[in-house]
Amino acid sequence: MARKITFQQAINEALDQEMARDEDVVIMGEDVVGGAGTEGEMDAWGGVLGVTKGLWGKYGDRIMDTPISESGFVGAAVGAATAGLRPVCELMFIDFMGVCFDQIYNQAAKFRYMFGGKAETPVVIRTMVGAGFRAAAQHSQCLYPMFTAVPGLKVVIPSNPYDAKGLLIQAIRDNDPVIFCEHKVLYTVEGEVPEDSYTIPFGEADIAREGEDITVVALGRMVHQALEAANTLSSGGISCEVVDLRTTSPLDEETILESVENTGRLVVVDEANPRCSIATDISALVAKKAFEHLNAPIEMVTAPHTPVPFSGALEDMYIPSPDSIVSAVKSVMDFSQ
Amino acid sequence: MPDALTVEDLLDAYRTMKTIREFEDRVHVEFAKGGIPGFVHLYAGEEASATGVGMHLSKEDKLASNHRGHGHCIAKGVEVKGMMAEIYGKATGTCKGKGGSMHIADLDTGMMGANGIVGGGPPLACGAALAAKMKKNGKIAVVFCGDGASNQGTTFEAMNLASVWKLPVVFVFENNGYGEATGSSYSVSCGDIADRAKGFGMPGRIADGHDFFEVYEAFGEASERARKGEGPSLLEHKLDRFYGHFEGDNQNYRAEGEVQKLREETCCIKRFAATAVSEHGINQSQLEAIDSEVGELIDEAVKFAESSPDPSESDLTTDVYINY
Repeated sequence: MARKITFQQAINEALDQEMARDEDVVIMGEDVVGGAGTEGEMDAWGGVLGVTKGLWGKYGDRIMDTPISESGFVGAAVGAATAGLRPVCELMFIDFMGVCFDQIYNQAAKFRYMFGGKAETPVVIRTMVGAGFRAAAQHSQCLYPMFTAVPGLKVVIPSNPYDAKGLLIQAIRDNDPVIFCEHKVLYTVEGEVPEDSYTIPFGEADIAREGEDITVVALGRMVHQALEAANTLSSGGISCEVVDLRTTSPLDEETILESVENTGRLVVVDEANPRCSIATDISALVAKKAFEHLNAPIEMVTAPHTPVPFSGALEDMYIPSPDSIVSAVKSVMDFSQ
Repeated sequence: MPDALTVEDLLDAYRTMKTIREFEDRVHVEFAKGGIPGFVHLYAGEEASATGVGMHLSKEDKLASNHRGHGHCIAKGVEVKGMMAEIYGKATGTCKGKGGSMHIADLDTGMMGANGIVGGGPPLACGAALAAKMKKNGKIAVVFCGDGASNQGTTFEAMNLASVWKLPVVFVFENNGYGEATGSSYSVSCGDIADRAKGFGMPGRIADGHDFFEVYEAFGEASERARKGEGPSLLEHKLDRFYGHFEGDNQNYRAEGEVQKLREETCCIKRFAATAVSEHGINQSQLEAIDSEVGELIDEAVKFAESSPDPSESDLTTDVYINY
């Protein structure tokens, strides 16, 4: 049986292998080492949840702690990318995009176009997303729709350790700016991951489960919720096809449309808030390009149009659950004209 | 005069300043005629600043600029015809007409880009300096900010980061007295921007931005410090802009007669020419020859821009990604 490691270890391994392969790969972020300027030990944290732990011992000055000033160091990563480095910059939580967004969407994303196709900005911004840690409204959001909406950025949202490693290596080797979203609840999830280096191309969704009756499109943590719902539904005789997007920009339209053409029904599951989200985007795509294949209206299962609540009782209601997906699938299956 | 400047250097400096002035004066005229679209911010009056800095830079050194960037581009060696075509939005422009006045970049000459965001450049310059430091190639980065950007959080963050990482970067603040239509005496809380250097652990120095020689000397010191690995510096160039914030600005926030007085009394090019002739053995005829060369160059640039084709429909959707 192949080796199993966690999602978090898969990311660490991808960073390690790429740093060993290419000395232009550098890492910067808040406490990605930890301990700088203290009397205690270095590599004290290795990232706030330990994802980059151990890299400082191997690569020294190529992994750098930064002041807590996201515009400064995210912008420096972007500038360094235009000047010959391949920085992997850690924006601790995607919620902090508000204190550095200009450097991402006005600078990194636009250089190539504004400069007439001459700029290359091979920067990766790794960032944690998602609810489930009781971390409340400013440390729990799924803000990837905002990045997905910006031309010039690529957006990656892996759902499992195998994809996390292959997609991160692809992100580091990619010459466009990439936002790499890591759902914090997935860090401890285990899966089979080859030890050797490998890449997964962007824009290729994964059929996480084949099915015939209904297509369930999901991403990130929601793939797990969708798979659990599909298991439940299969015992009731409903066969779900679960499509894991892997990347929202570029988007694998073909796989989504082919699946809906086969099943005739669609539920989209997204942990982001419901307005202008990945769920609305996929729904619009299918409504426009596969309308004649639909046997029922499209359903969306998303978080409500609220900030992420703190109370565990509320947060559990906020996050789309397998049960809510089961209900949505059933309502689509029950639809009759 | 700093020892390093030869007669050839002085003539080059004059050529650069004069090219910037003629370029900007001509853009002013052509904009008024309606030939140039969009927002244009002119650098006339500030030429000694870009030129005194640019003389210390090689193509491999990086320069991050701002919305008032034409002078920085020219001083960094960006080709003038392409710049003019870019400002006209033509396919032959430096950026194929996709950037415009506020986004002229030429990575081959180390010009990282003008920038439409006030305070957009300082973090980027830190990144370029970090790359130079990690590659140990002895190159430096410089960022030009106005007095307006001196109040931006990005600028503060970048200055702090530059000192924390001891980066080979120079922050040059061109204080022309106005952030758009608001006086820097109102918006800059500490009086002299140079005083802020202390708070970020770097040397800060004021130079008379009308005086090429002073700028050249001050930046020489700062760039040498950066190249030696001793870290960042801040320079504040006190100077004046001869036009409004943007073309079309009625400038009713300026005192009556202010601009005319400045043109007569503080023109950095007049001042340079007088010193060059009286103290450095340059002949008036040498300067006049350059005047005439520059005049032809700018005429050609405008003709080139006017006669160049617009970008085509297919250009609309290219150059967003390297691959997608």
